[in-house]
Amino acid sequence: MTLLALWIPQLDQIFVIAAHWLLSYLPAALQPLGSAILSVAAIIVAFATLFALTTLLERKGLGRMQNRYGPNRVGPCGLFQPLADGVKSLTKEDIVPIRADRAVHFMAPILLVTACFLGYAVLPIGRNMVMVDMNAGVLFFFAVGSLMELAVFMAGWSSRSKYSLLGAMRAIAQMISYEVPLVLASIVVLMQAGSLSTVTIVNMQASYSGIWPHWFVFTPWGLAGFVLFMIAATAEANRSPFDLPEGESEIIAGYYTEYSGFKFALFFLGEYIGMFATSGLAITLFLGGWSAPFSFLAWVPSYFWFFAKLLTLIAVFIWVRGTLPRLRMDQLMNLAWQFMLPMTIFNVITAGIWHFMPGGPLRWLVCSTMVVAPCILFASGLKRKKKFQVRTYHFSQ
Amino acid sequence: MTASFILLAVLTVAGTAAAMSMRNAVHCVLALTLGLTSVAMLYLQLGAQFVGFTQILVYVGAVAILAVFAVMMTHNDKPMDLPDSHSAWIAGCIVAAAVFAVLARAIVSSAPTVQAQPQPAATVQQVGDALMHRFVLPLEIMGLLLTAALIGAVVIAMDRREEMK
Amino acid sequence: MNSLQSYLLLSSLLFSIGLAGALTRRNAILVLIGIELMLNAANLNFIAFWRYGTNPDALTGIMFAIFSISIAAAEAAVGLSIILAAYRHCRTTDLDRMNSLKG
Repeated sequence: MTLLALWIPQLDQIFVIAAHWLLSYLPAALQPLGSAILSVAAIIVAFATLFALTTLLERKGLGRMQNRYGPNRVGPCGLFQPLADGVKSLTKEDIVPIRADRAVHFMAPILLVTACFLGYAVLPIGRNMVMVDMNAGVLFFFAVGSLMELAVFMAGWSSRSKYSLLGAMRAIAQMISYEVPLVLASIVVLMQAGSLSTVTIVNMQASYSGIWPHWFVFTPWGLAGFVLFMIAATAEANRSPFDLPEGESEIIAGYYTEYSGFKFALFFLGEYIGMFATSGLAITLFLGGWSAPFSFLAWVPSYFWFFAKLLTLIAVFIWVRGTLPRLRMDQLMNLAWQFMLPMTIFNVITAGIWHFMPGGPLRWLVCSTMVVAPCILFASGLKRKKKFQVRTYHFSQ
Repeated sequence: MTASFILLAVLTVAGTAAAMSMRNAVHCVLALTLGLTSVAMLYLQLGAQFVGFTQILVYVGAVAILAVFAVMMTHNDKPMDLPDSHSAWIAGCIVAAAVFAVLARAIVSSAPTVQAQPQPAATVQQVGDALMHRFVLPLEIMGLLLTAALIGAVVIAMDRREEMK
Repeated sequence: MNSLQSYLLLSSLLFSIGLAGALTRRNAILVLIGIELMLNAANLNFIAFWRYGTNPDALTGIMFAIFSISIAAAEAAVGLSIILAAYRHCRTTDLDRMNSLKG
């Protein structure tokens, strides 16, 4: 029993210990560079593997929800399907349209993947396992997230095709509109934690009272913030039900219509990696990062809890994709500007009131009312505005 | 004059020079994005983390996107056929070169009174503290200004033809 | 030449490039981009003086830069919407052709 108690903290820090051991072979001058390269390689390997697993899980999950099997031919239960997909996309011919702008056409997927991978630098994957502990970590994450929109525009414009341009304009409009509720929903956590550093935010949530953890999602403003953040994250990642810019039945494939082969695979990779990064930030801000859900489970290694929560959120994304129909463009915009933006502002006020009221049931009652009542009011307001008007798009004439 | 400063300076000058001299307006905006990102990296190298990330968030994430939307909506995304008239171009460059010469002479000939000091700390807490205490009045005025700019931009750019239907 | 002088030289080079663009380009949007570059050069100046100058604890340079970035964003928004409105009226963004106030 004592042997087990000795091994458990070692197991928790096993990657940190392994990294230190590997770096001890380097001279002292090269160690920061070696540490950076090691962390980057670990992140790319871990999350690319998770991407491959997710593509398979998504196809099988969606298949089961639609009352059919997913892919089950390649390998046992279709486990080697991602491998087959990778080989297929690598061996397909890379077609670039004649009128396309070659340099920008080439740079767009590279910029997208780079921007999406940069966000992982500030996510704490386990205890002491963050790549860079920046003082303004959350701000860095949102800054590199905004690079994605430029990559989307580059992809859509450089293809010189009407479908691509229309898809790119829709995608950018959607991403910009949902970026505001995304940032505002995370401000409540920053207000409570008093810091923009992700490590500080997770450490604040890693304590327990009894067996219940101090995660921010277990407060009224935290729950509302988490729900709003996840809705905005779904829209930022262009996933169903917000996938009008890339809807297959609407505009072929939107801004990556004219991409084939490996560049298409890079767009696919970038979209999923962005989804994982935003889910990782949601876990860090609201769900307590690497901390265990109950205090008696704290002996399980911290990185296991991070990936367990990440897989749960991915399962929720797949579930929502299989369940809800696609939103129309004006419904999407109305949701962003007329429901989510006022809700996030009310949430910020609620979090402020929570901070200054003394603890107890009155605080819970007041804050819960302040979160639920505007939600009902704004939702009923959205339902009443059902007039259909002529939609004019001025982007591509 | 470390290697990283030289690299970032070259990137900045190359990006901005390309932004001001390319024929296609969308290429100009994309080159501007490169230049502004390297300026943000210069801010990070100087130790101003908050300003660097704000620069990327605001300029690359908002102003550049706005500029490309404006380019698309004014149908400027084709390369411009007519060349700029040469006399105006040469005169403009001479004026800019003269301004640079004056500024560079002033900088290089000034006595170096700066002593080497360790990196000053500018944590987000200190920035927030300064914003809430010493700079609270400019902060509130900035809020008013941004609200006015938001409403004004929407009103000016709104399509009046919809009102006539 | 110490570090401060190299940063100041870079920012004056950036300023003159922005000035050259604002003076020579005929497209209204590119003139606005030149103005944005000049604002960025001034910001770089502020941050360089904050880092290498006296009294960095007052954070004056950083505050100036933050407010300057906000104002530049607001000005870009309003400027571009004015260009859009002018385009709707004159059907062109060529500044050489927008040379009369008569509608």
